[in-house]
Amino acid sequence: MEERAEGRPTLLDELPGELMMWVLIVSELVVFGAGLAAFLAVRITDPSGFAEAQSHLHRAGAGVNTIVLVTSGWLAACAVQAAEAGHIGRLRSLVAGAIALGAVFLVIKAAEYVDLAAAGISFETHAFFTFSYLLTGFHAAHVIAGMILLAVVAVPGSPRAVETGAAFWHMVDLVWVLLFPVVYLL
Amino acid sequence: MKYQSQKIGLAYFLVAMVLFAVQVSLGLVLGWIYVDGTFLSEILPFNVGRMLHTNSLIVWLLLGFFGAAYYLIPEEAEREIHSPKLAYLQLAIFVLGTAGVVVTYFFNLFEGNFLLGREGREFLEQPRWVKAGIVVAALIFLYNVSMTVLAGKKTAITNILLLGLWGLALLFLFAFYNPSNLALDKMYWWYVVHLWVEGTWELVMASILAFLMLKLTGVDREVVEKWLYVIAALALFSGILGTGHHYYWIGTPGYWQWIGSIFSSLEVVPFFAMMAFAFVMVWKGRRDHPNKAALLWSLGCATLAFFGAGVWGFLHTLHGVNYYSHGTQITAAHGHLAFYGAYVCLNLAIISYAMPILKGRDPYNQVLNMASFWLMSGGVVFMTFTLTFAGTVQTHLQRVMGVNYMEVQDQLWVFYAMRFASGIAVVLGALLFIYAVLAPRREVIEPGMQTPAE
Repeated sequence: MEERAEGRPTLLDELPGELMMWVLIVSELVVFGAGLAAFLAVRITDPSGFAEAQSHLHRAGAGVNTIVLVTSGWLAACAVQAAEAGHIGRLRSLVAGAIALGAVFLVIKAAEYVDLAAAGISFETHAFFTFSYLLTGFHAAHVIAGMILLAVVAVPGSPRAVETGAAFWHMVDLVWVLLFPVVYLL
Repeated sequence: MKYQSQKIGLAYFLVAMVLFAVQVSLGLVLGWIYVDGTFLSEILPFNVGRMLHTNSLIVWLLLGFFGAAYYLIPEEAEREIHSPKLAYLQLAIFVLGTAGVVVTYFFNLFEGNFLLGREGREFLEQPRWVKAGIVVAALIFLYNVSMTVLAGKKTAITNILLLGLWGLALLFLFAFYNPSNLALDKMYWWYVVHLWVEGTWELVMASILAFLMLKLTGVDREVVEKWLYVIAALALFSGILGTGHHYYWIGTPGYWQWIGSIFSSLEVVPFFAMMAFAFVMVWKGRRDHPNKAALLWSLGCATLAFFGAGVWGFLHTLHGVNYYSHGTQITAAHGHLAFYGAYVCLNLAIISYAMPILKGRDPYNQVLNMASFWLMSGGVVFMTFTLTFAGTVQTHLQRVMGVNYMEVQDQLWVFYAMRFASGIAVVLGALLFIYAVLAPRREVIEPGMQTPAE
């Protein structure tokens, strides 16, 4: 970092958006990565119990949610381009679209939670559900945080702010793309 | 010393060092009780001695933080402290409260009294009137330093320091909430205990360390600030949900085992970052500051905090491990090295830096002080190893083999004897430190051919 003072940009300076956002993104990936690793490790101790428990989840809904969230990420990426081109109006409508799809994701997710709860399935039902609730619940909380963040960065609409918000949103996307196969399909 | 009100720090540091001497001396007595269980059992029961040992530690560390804040905030904000009078009043309240606690614990006065009697919760045993006094003193402090910073220059160091100190004071309010349900009681109790040492105190530590690095190495403020923000973010990210590692076996839901294991494992990261920060700053720094003792304590602080809090904490933080090791001497090993590395060394670093300036004996490089670092640190590290081995044997005999607790304690005697010996080194080191910062007037080693300090 010392090189900065001498005028040469460092690798850290080449990161889009705020440095602190990248610290957060890496931290989040480590946490979700550790959670998935622990999930897979515990699954080794009870493969048939995990497979049985997994059959209660809504795979189709989760599949739709994958498409919804990835599309939302695409809108956020388009919003960054709009911000760089200085089209504030276009940027804000793209961000609004990304947020709306985030809301769609949450509705589908909530429907699944309601069904599981109605079937009497809780955190304590099986180790599988402890993990699936924890991982997808944490992820859903990040979807909410990401929606708020996108709304906040759309207000100034500067390229740097939108890049920072979109970077977080892509992380939320990425985590889901990892959670979906491990929790729902494997 | 650029600002007169920085002198306030001196009074705080002096009281802190008196309590430091009391704390380690009591530690030595307790160490002997482990060797000879009947020692002083009538006059100073073990539980009372332990309360005094831990409470005096917390109080002197806090006084050191306050002193550090009063010392560094005028320099950072570039103006005098809002009201020196209030600062001394705050210190007087702390001294009175501390005296009240000692007398109440020692003679067990007012047993069961709502206001005056001790409360019986580990670390939060203080009678309610003392707790109220702590809140009043904390409010005075926050008012005083916040007014100073608001009217002056705002830097990353003061921002993070104030964030830590405000958080520390607000979280203490949970000490007043004591639900009769024991599980809930413990749950909120950790809001104070854990979120202090693994949350807000880390912010205080990072900001004081950043101040020391700025002064001692001469690295650009911009670089120091970037590190400081990253460290603060990492500390809060891992530390807040890391509270879950105390919720494994107290009746809280089972998912805490995974939240606690994962987030608390990451608590090693900010401590590693602080160690990397300290060393990188020293390597890159162009300044050759004559106060080598302060530099030694700063580097020692970052390193021993990484091992004590980070590595020794991780050692027993995974719930699968903690199921066996919970509450054994492993915990004691971690507690000693973590507190020593992170917070004792930090306070001694800022004291070593500030005292020569406060006492007008700058510059001198404090060879005696450096000797005390090696003596004290050597003692604590040795103690950590003896307790770790004791804890390993204890875990196996007691938790795996199911041997009776007291029979296991007999097996641990040799470790306790060695721990007592290392305790003697720590006490001598502490006394040497106090002598070194107070007494010698001239003690300059000729500098080499380096460029002079700026």
